[in-house]
Amino acid sequence: MAFAAELDAPASPIDTFRKDARDWLAANFPPALKGKDNAMSAIDGPTDLSPDEAAWKAAVGEKGWGVPGWPKQYGGGGLSKAEIRVLQEEMGRIGAWNPIGGMGVMMFGPTLLEYGTEEQKQEHIPPIARGEIRWCQGYSEPGAGSDLASLQMFAEDKGDHYIVNGQKTWTSGGQWADKCFALVRTDKTKKHEGISFLLIDMHSPGVEVKPIRLISGSSPFCETFFTNVSVPKGNLVGREGEGWTIGKRLLQHERSSLSGGGSTARMFAGKPMGALAKDYRGTDEQGRVSDSDLRMRIVRHEMDSRAFALTLRRAAMEAKSNQGPSAATSIMKNVGARITQDRAELSIEIMGMNGLGWEGEGFTEAELNQTRTWLWGKAVSIYGGSSEIQNNVIAKRILGMLDHQ
Amino acid sequence: MAALNEEQTMLRDMAREWADNEAPVTAFRKVRNAGAIEGFDRAAWGEMGQMGWGGIVVPEEFGGSAFGYLSLGLVLEQLGRNLTASPLASTAAAASAIALGGSNAAKADWLPKIAAGEVIATLAIDEGPNHDPSKIAASVSGGVLTGTKEFVAEGDTAQVFVVAAVGGLYLVTGDEGVTRSTRRMADSRSHAQVRFDGAKAEKLGGPELTAKVVDLATAALSAEMLGMAEQAFAVTNDYLKTRVQFGQALSTFQALQHRMAKMFTELELMRSAVEGALEAIDAGRSDVDQAVSLAKAIASDTLHLVSREMVQLHGGIGMTDEHDAGLYLKRAYVLETMWGNAAFHRERFARLNGY
Ligand SMILES: Cc1cc2nc3c(=O)[nH]c(=O)nc-3n(C[C@H](O)[C@H](O)[C@H](O)COP(=O)(O)OP(=O)(O)OC[C@H]3O[C@@H](n4cnc5c(N)ncnc54)[C@H](O)[C@@H]3O)c2cc1C
Repeated sequence: MAFAAELDAPASPIDTFRKDARDWLAANFPPALKGKDNAMSAIDGPTDLSPDEAAWKAAVGEKGWGVPGWPKQYGGGGLSKAEIRVLQEEMGRIGAWNPIGGMGVMMFGPTLLEYGTEEQKQEHIPPIARGEIRWCQGYSEPGAGSDLASLQMFAEDKGDHYIVNGQKTWTSGGQWADKCFALVRTDKTKKHEGISFLLIDMHSPGVEVKPIRLISGSSPFCETFFTNVSVPKGNLVGREGEGWTIGKRLLQHERSSLSGGGSTARMFAGKPMGALAKDYRGTDEQGRVSDSDLRMRIVRHEMDSRAFALTLRRAAMEAKSNQGPSAATSIMKNVGARITQDRAELSIEIMGMNGLGWEGEGFTEAELNQTRTWLWGKAVSIYGGSSEIQNNVIAKRILGMLDHQ
Repeated sequence: MAALNEEQTMLRDMAREWADNEAPVTAFRKVRNAGAIEGFDRAAWGEMGQMGWGGIVVPEEFGGSAFGYLSLGLVLEQLGRNLTASPLASTAAAASAIALGGSNAAKADWLPKIAAGEVIATLAIDEGPNHDPSKIAASVSGGVLTGTKEFVAEGDTAQVFVVAAVGGLYLVTGDEGVTRSTRRMADSRSHAQVRFDGAKAEKLGGPELTAKVVDLATAALSAEMLGMAEQAFAVTNDYLKTRVQFGQALSTFQALQHRMAKMFTELELMRSAVEGALEAIDAGRSDVDQAVSLAKAIASDTLHLVSREMVQLHGGIGMTDEHDAGLYLKRAYVLETMWGNAAFHRERFARLNGY
């Protein structure tokens, strides 16, 4: 009852905020939705919201608490870091979750807040904060993956608008997106300086998407074709040729949001892995997980996860004490990816053949989900800058090692 | 590579050519997309029968060639390279069980048909999602068998079951008292649940025979894994040589070169361990159990590594269903799990060595 004790103490502003948040959550979070968060929903496309879910989303959107740190004037929550932490604690306490997500929240919003014009912010940020508009990321092309700067999609200057031609690929959620933030080439003579950051309406004539099936069976990403698509000049973010800088900044947001995936919180069917192993594998005479080799690997994973959580905390503290971005942030995406993948591999190993079901009889829903989660999770070390590319960045930019070419 | 005799070299070359041309990954993809419960192509299995593969481990007097497990492994390796779906591994292990423990009548009834590829046979051992031969509850009394077996390879179509029960290994050949339930799994192969409810059963041998036959099946499976790992590696190596980023082929990046070199190294160890187990079986050595645990543990770890790296090193394309990487990845985890994963076999190896 630590919280109750805190609340009895003379009210500091943060205590008052805690009480307000708690009251607001009690009034607005439908208890039936407790723990129902679907982590994949922001990626896997629109699902039919139940009336409860729709109401919860509308309430959070209205309050700006889906993007609690964004400025109030654009529909954000305007909260301080301390308040955000309190809000998260209070939500966690009652099993509430954030219904506002997707690429607009994770990557595009923060980037536009930094680089957009006042008009662009007014136009684009509030609908993201309310979860009304879906954004997709038009970066990768068939010949430009890790080597993003070799992209070819061309935007030709036509005075008041651009005419865009080319192809993007692996566009997550492209088939459901309303808008696309894209890197396009506005100058063919320069590699990095010839790139611009352009916002494209996915409903424009000339935009065509072809969903691609993933190994997990779902089709959350597309090949996206642009044929003579007209884009108003007002949709250029930053200056022409400044796209590489802005695009890289966005990737930093992408990476930091992705590394969160490794937190210890995510468990299988609400169980920590050790308990899961006891369920599936049984225990020895002393009540330990019966397979000692597996037991030690679970512990190694658990320790990695905890060290990662501590590192996240340390990085946050170092950032707050104004030492600038911590060196630790550079390792986050890779560690997060590794932990996410280890967890999936271990969960399946624990479940044995039950963890490899595909559909139909004989498997629980949780088991079938685990198979898909495992397969889907193979992407986290590939997208948003692959682990190899992250390591190159660490070696060159942080350790000052030289390129051998 | 083990020293092969002339017959084995011919067999391997023929299997390689046939699998590459007649049963490549695209053929498996077709079977998968058709969603047929049996999980393999009947016509292809018929051709395997005509080539005599069903009889590789069947004694000559019952219509087989008695080439042995190294020879069987050579064929399974080629099938594994192409993800060719067939009941060959299961049928061969079951045939060995009959040859080792069956009555003369049982041998005469079933082995010639198995050798000709007319009958699909399989082992029904495990009763849970993890291989654990110490937890067998199925039992036989009055000549009938009762119990439920999980994840029986080819369980959807097999006409002959070699079943582990409390007292040892039994042969069940009729459909009476046998109920099959399909299990749709990530690798799109057949892994049915099979319930025996008063099925007529004939004894093949005691628990030692069960252990011995499971070792044969495990070694055969390891050969399939060897082929898969070999091909997953080769496909990845080729891809790195053709995919250009930063103005050069991915294969020019040292970070990737060393990873490929490491995998290559592991693959060589895997080949020795797998062939070692197959040769130990053929030589009738007393330490087959150790050789098999060594092979399966190393095969599981190596295939694990190579199949995951295959996806990673292909980048986005490796995540698509259209690319073969996912098919190798999914089959790999199933085979890693079947007949005991690496942890299981490390533990068994420790036990067999008295520590
Ligand atoms: C599920 C998923 C969703 C995605 N969503 C989006 C999206 O919404 N929008 C979008 O624009 N893109 C998206 N991507 C694309 C993603 O960003 C790219 O896949 C990624 O940048 C890698 O590019 P690539 O696939 O072309 O692989 P490649 O660049 O061809 O790389 C292949 C392999 O080589 C390695 N490699 C490449 N260069 C080097 C080097 N110099 N040194 C060492 N190793 C190297 C890579 O790490 C990788 O392992 C998505 C990808 C996936 C899998």
